Amino acid sequence: MDPTIAAILTLDGVGNGAIYALLALATVLLFAVTRVIFIPQGEFVAFGALTFAMLQQGNPVGSLWQRYGDLPGTLWLLALTALIAAGIDATRTWRLGQPRRAWREALTTLALPTALVVLCVLSHPRSWPMLAQLLLTLAIVTPLGPLVYRLAYQRLADASVLVLLIVSVGVHFALTGLGLLFFGAEAFRNPPFWDARFSLGPLTLTGQSIIIFGSSAALIVLLWLFFERTLRGKALRATAVNRTGARLMGISPATAGRLSFTMAAFMGALSGLLIGPSTSVYYDSGFLIGLKGFVAAVFAGLASYPLAAVGALGVGIIESFASFSASAFKEVIVFTTILPVLLWRSLRDPHREEE
Amino acid sequence: MTLSKSLLTAAFALGLSGAALADITVGISLPLTGPANGLGIPMQNYIKLWPESVAGEKLKVILLDDASDPTRAVQNARKFVTEDKVDVVMGSSVTVNAVAMAETVAESGTVQLMFSPAALQAGKDHWAFRLPQGNAVMAHAVIEHMKKQGVKSVGFLGYTDAYGETWLNDFKSQSAALGGPPITAVERFARPDTSVTGQALKLVQANPDAILVVASGSGAAMPHKGLIERGYKGKIYQTHAAATRDLMRIGGKDVEGAFVVSGPALVPEQLPDAHPSKKVAQDFVNKYEKAYGAGSRNQFAGHAYDAIIVLEKVIPVAKAKAKPGTPEFRAALRDAIENMGRTVLCHGVLTYSKDNHWGFTTETPVMLKVVNGDWKIEPSAM
Repeated sequence: MDPTIAAILTLDGVGNGAIYALLALATVLLFAVTRVIFIPQGEFVAFGALTFAMLQQGNPVGSLWQRYGDLPGTLWLLALTALIAAGIDATRTWRLGQPRRAWREALTTLALPTALVVLCVLSHPRSWPMLAQLLLTLAIVTPLGPLVYRLAYQRLADASVLVLLIVSVGVHFALTGLGLLFFGAEAFRNPPFWDARFSLGPLTLTGQSIIIFGSSAALIVLLWLFFERTLRGKALRATAVNRTGARLMGISPATAGRLSFTMAAFMGALSGLLIGPSTSVYYDSGFLIGLKGFVAAVFAGLASYPLAAVGALGVGIIESFASFSASAFKEVIVFTTILPVLLWRSLRDPHREEE
Repeated sequence: MTLSKSLLTAAFALGLSGAALADITVGISLPLTGPANGLGIPMQNYIKLWPESVAGEKLKVILLDDASDPTRAVQNARKFVTEDKVDVVMGSSVTVNAVAMAETVAESGTVQLMFSPAALQAGKDHWAFRLPQGNAVMAHAVIEHMKKQGVKSVGFLGYTDAYGETWLNDFKSQSAALGGPPITAVERFARPDTSVTGQALKLVQANPDAILVVASGSGAAMPHKGLIERGYKGKIYQTHAAATRDLMRIGGKDVEGAFVVSGPALVPEQLPDAHPSKKVAQDFVNKYEKAYGAGSRNQFAGHAYDAIIVLEKVIPVAKAKAKPGTPEFRAALRDAIENMGRTVLCHGVLTYSKDNHWGFTTETPVMLKVVNGDWKIEPSAM
């Protein structure tokens, strides 16, 4: 292997690693704040990439969904889950004897999904410019995060990590199945956002990879600012450090959970939009991508954001070199690296009973 | 899923329950839901166009969904042979499902017409016949084309699964037998991979005259684009599982000039008059597109068309020996298929023999080239 090839492989690995980093950060965030090991993180990636593909290319010909117009299925999923969540919330508050509050809660939950549905039905988003479609995709997929939290996790917030993990597996299967229903079994590839290519000696840097590096870096900086400078960010950090203490200080764990799921869904959808143009995305592609983000998060002990980002770049580079030298064993090599890391972590940081 | 399945079953059962005992009963298991439904639904579409009767016998069709799941496929197969006492089992179009069904079907002494190129252990395919082309006969055409093109070395970039593995082995043995080019580099990838940069770099470094990409459907475009992006200038070949519109839909201009080996069913208009399947393939395309719209043709519906040709040919032979619905009839049917001789299908020319239940002859495959986002047949492949 000569230095040129090593450089190309490293560049490719860092490009994939930047995506894994976003997913690893989301995984760490969710685990720290809600103790949920969120396996379906990758599903938001596929939802993001494919919702945008539906807006660009229309629903797959012959699919069930095509018969119901050309809006992506995720839009209807959003509307339906919002309706269910609003119904559950309102019923509970109504029973507490606060009908006014019940109405207000239901309307808050339903406001954004309804607005999106009305907007899409009236204005035919397939003819929008690309940037507007990107924003619409984020607007459709991101609110699914807090709704998933509301429906699947909120009532179980005090359950053990194991129970939450089992729920995650269930949510993963549900979302993958829905993905198949909405997007069909075939893959999609989105058009590139920026077609430019730059030559740096033997290396070729595509505009797409610059966008990936730029967005990942920007998002990481924004996250840092959010946690350091804003009250809500500090509230999330407080919940992560000590849930009971944070609650005594007036921070609602449910609000913290919803906020962190919103951020995780946003990061997932954004990752999906970023990788959509450089690879073919299937309805179930997200799982493996999310799993690699999870490996990176484990490198960081599900606790440290900077370590998770470094781990993600490591996973990307290992994957890239493994695909060069032993392509048949690529996944084996990537997932085996988790073993020495776990060993090292358990030696350095002996096991203690959780909470 | 369960609801739609039981509705479907009920619909078929109701519609056909009035059939007399001597009818020909066919049990079909297809993936109508789940990840492989793209392989099952087109076949269901064509089965709806099947004639009411075959060779003077009323045709009773029991179509069940296997949900792309081998366990469900075996359950369906068991129901066919124990409850329905079918004369012929067909399916599945998913390879693993077809393999899973084979044992149950064979135990009962019933013919299984497989809609997928399912490899069974030696001696296990006594009752099983494949309707799609095997990889070996397709590899034969690829190697002949490569020889004509002056290709001296071949790189292999294929799935890590059984499809990739059987292609690699079949290509190697066929190439050795025909004096074709050797495989000089082997790289693997999996369907969900997001990048093949590493593999592509290594292949470009080895710089073979041609690269064979072994992948299916929309999965075949990503490795192809990866090779082009890494500056590969040689010829790129794709297998018959990639002969779908998805290759161009995703690959765009990067797949221009690719050679794709295929059965004749998809391009009857372009077949030379000498190709034996030209008329049959044209008939299939006309019938299917009349019902489902122009451009809707696909290889899977073609297998459903071919199944009727086979039944038309063998049922009279078997009927002369025994009554439909009896074990003797099923055994006679098996012998008739094995000995039916040269049969022209829309997918090519089939000749089964005692030791060969794959059947397709080397007249079958055609080589297509992607030109301006469409298929163009290569004259030299004939």
